[in-house]
Amino acid sequence: MHDRDAVITGIGLISCLGEGVDAHWDALNAFQPVVDTASFPGFPIHPMAHIALDKHISKREQRQMEPWQRYGTYAAGAALDHAGIQGNTELLSRMHMIVAAGGGERDYAADEAIMSGLPKAPDPDAYLNEHLLSDLRPTLFLAQLSNLLAGNISLVHGVTGSSRTFMGEEAAGADAIRIACARIAAGQGDFFLVGGSHNAHRADTIMLYEMGRILRKNSFAGVWERQKDGGGMILSSLGCFLVIESRAHAQARGATMLARIAAIATDRKQIVPLPGPFDAAISGASGVAAPTAAEKTFLDTLGVPVRAAGNAFGHSMEPSFIANIALAAISVSKGKLFPPTEAAEQPMDAPLQDVLVTSWGHWRGEALAHVTAA
Amino acid sequence: MNDTDHLGRPVVVVTGIGVITSLGQGVEANWKALTSGVSGIKRITRFPVTNMKTTIAGTVDFIHVDEMSAPALSERMAELVIQEALAEAGIGEGGKFPGPLFLALPPVEVEWPQRLMLAKESGANETVVYGDLLRAAGTGGHVRHYERFLFGSVGENLAERFGTKGSPIATSTACASGGTAIQLGVEAIRRGEADTALVVGTDASVNPESLIRFSLLSALSTRNEDPAKASRPFSKDRDGFIMSEGAGALVLESLAHARARGASIIGVVEGCGEAADGFHRTRSSPDGKPIIACMRDALADAGLSPDQVGYINAHGTSTPENDKMEWIGVTAVFGERASSIPISSNKSMIGHTLTAAGAIEAIFTLLALNRGVLPPTINYDTPDPAVPVDCVPNVARPAKVAHAISNSFGFGGQNVCVAIGAAP
Repeated sequence: MHDRDAVITGIGLISCLGEGVDAHWDALNAFQPVVDTASFPGFPIHPMAHIALDKHISKREQRQMEPWQRYGTYAAGAALDHAGIQGNTELLSRMHMIVAAGGGERDYAADEAIMSGLPKAPDPDAYLNEHLLSDLRPTLFLAQLSNLLAGNISLVHGVTGSSRTFMGEEAAGADAIRIACARIAAGQGDFFLVGGSHNAHRADTIMLYEMGRILRKNSFAGVWERQKDGGGMILSSLGCFLVIESRAHAQARGATMLARIAAIATDRKQIVPLPGPFDAAISGASGVAAPTAAEKTFLDTLGVPVRAAGNAFGHSMEPSFIANIALAAISVSKGKLFPPTEAAEQPMDAPLQDVLVTSWGHWRGEALAHVTAA
Repeated sequence: MNDTDHLGRPVVVVTGIGVITSLGQGVEANWKALTSGVSGIKRITRFPVTNMKTTIAGTVDFIHVDEMSAPALSERMAELVIQEALAEAGIGEGGKFPGPLFLALPPVEVEWPQRLMLAKESGANETVVYGDLLRAAGTGGHVRHYERFLFGSVGENLAERFGTKGSPIATSTACASGGTAIQLGVEAIRRGEADTALVVGTDASVNPESLIRFSLLSALSTRNEDPAKASRPFSKDRDGFIMSEGAGALVLESLAHARARGASIIGVVEGCGEAADGFHRTRSSPDGKPIIACMRDALADAGLSPDQVGYINAHGTSTPENDKMEWIGVTAVFGERASSIPISSNKSMIGHTLTAAGAIEAIFTLLALNRGVLPPTINYDTPDPAVPVDCVPNVARPAKVAHAISNSFGFGGQNVCVAIGAAP
């Protein structure tokens, strides 16, 4: 135990399994995959559960956001609430924030009207300019801009110590946590809000990954099971924020410590393994064949029970590693691992203390975190 | 100078720089133009501007990429400025840079040419819907588009090419991103994680939709008739910023590491400050509190008193709001000295390079100290009585300055300030 240990004192998590620590724990202990195959025929997604957004975001502010920003801003509020600091102006004004963000939500009706009309227009370039000028809502830009998730959190929840946004799919979330932990260890900050969000209910996002030919088509199958017929990822809507602080800071304010991030590493490739031992692993395998095979090879060397978070709540890209650390923290705080999420996973009844969280990004990036009892 | 600073941390120095703006490629070409009061702003020729309210920009049109997109040109410019910076620093030869990469990058998204390509390939006739695009996306041949429009691809490609260590970090704090990337690099060196770090800010976002987005927020100048005169920071008749492109790279290094390998030192990154603003998505708190806080934070981090600062490289966007708020902030931090400290805006010449601005302007601040010349604020014809600033009007000024700050503010409440010192 050390004053500069990085401990998790708040979790805000929303996904297809619901909202909060207890809802996720209960759902994982009576596990049924939650999949939407109707919204985008041929492309299953894990949808967001119904969330009463008004609890953490006023209706007026919700109107300024697209769904990914709402999910993230909501999850941030839930994390602050869970850590017992929502509305604590003194603490929030010196809280550092690192957000992992995508962005770019579209106005689908406007896009479709332009794509339909442009080829027939006498001057296609002029047509594009004219329609973008008249059809885009001025506020859409801010609702799609990557750093405006952080901006919304500052605005709605008053987190104003600092605000940084990282981009780059899975690696963005992993590096956000890594840098928060490194700054805590080095005394470059005591008190952080780290997280991100993702909206899978987006035709443009599905289009991007479909160009890469890496989506699981048609029907749901577990992350490991689907490797038998080509693999592929199933995107998910998810928001996850963590309050991470130094042990000394948490103790001084009397916070409940849920878990400790004992070690974390990220790299582009060939990551150096963290020293164990570990009781179990929570894998962020996306399901995409090649990186999933590489991650599986690594996990097999550990010889411990593994859970695919992708079965629990799909592949949520930027916040995926953060949410998987949340699952590890929840499990560690309960002292046991949740049951298998598909046939290939081993049951585990022994007490749980040390979890390795793994993430091989669907394209690039590798990350490992050791989550242990606080 | 000691190897450690006033808080016992490693002193962080700059040993290599590279820059591209609408003024040209390379440090020398840029510095010559910048100190001669030349404007890089011109009529947009990259795409037709029919129906646009703003038809001028500081585009970088002299660098070719095979398949134009914001991430493609951003990546290409980043490569070129990194090469220049590495050559000057004499480090990282053979694609083996011995430290991490911190990249300030504009958000990446699929653009209209790709959307229209898929629409065409789908064969849909009367009306095109996203379902048609999904069908076309899966027919194959689009893997390179998928990779191009991942947020991670620019950083990944640069890391691969220059052999930087670890996971490349791509950051966006809107128009403060370049400052944030520098701060990330400084922090990594200070905590002993690295002896050297490669920092780059790049932005090539001038395309129809991006231009229109800023236009719809009424952020851009509409002085289309005389492009070189359009960017007018601190002038009473300023009417918005000019969207621009560019890139800047800095090799950061601990002073001890630079000395040990005999590297020549361009200047010192003495401190960084940041503060978030929860007032409004695009406007600063009316009391300027976060702007003031980030400048004070940078000075405290650097161990400087306000009296020691001899030059301010302003964010100075030429919007009515920014220049007024920046002046309010400077007045609060520097008190009576505010109107006598030279405060110039590079954006009068290069426009607003957005994501790259913080990196490019930190480089120009380093050069100002290193070469003893303060670049001017051009187009300063009608002073704004509400902003009585010594903006180094129109003509560069020789000056020996030991310490300076460079400000960057962005949408979403982002405020970053970097304190820079002359080489020891």
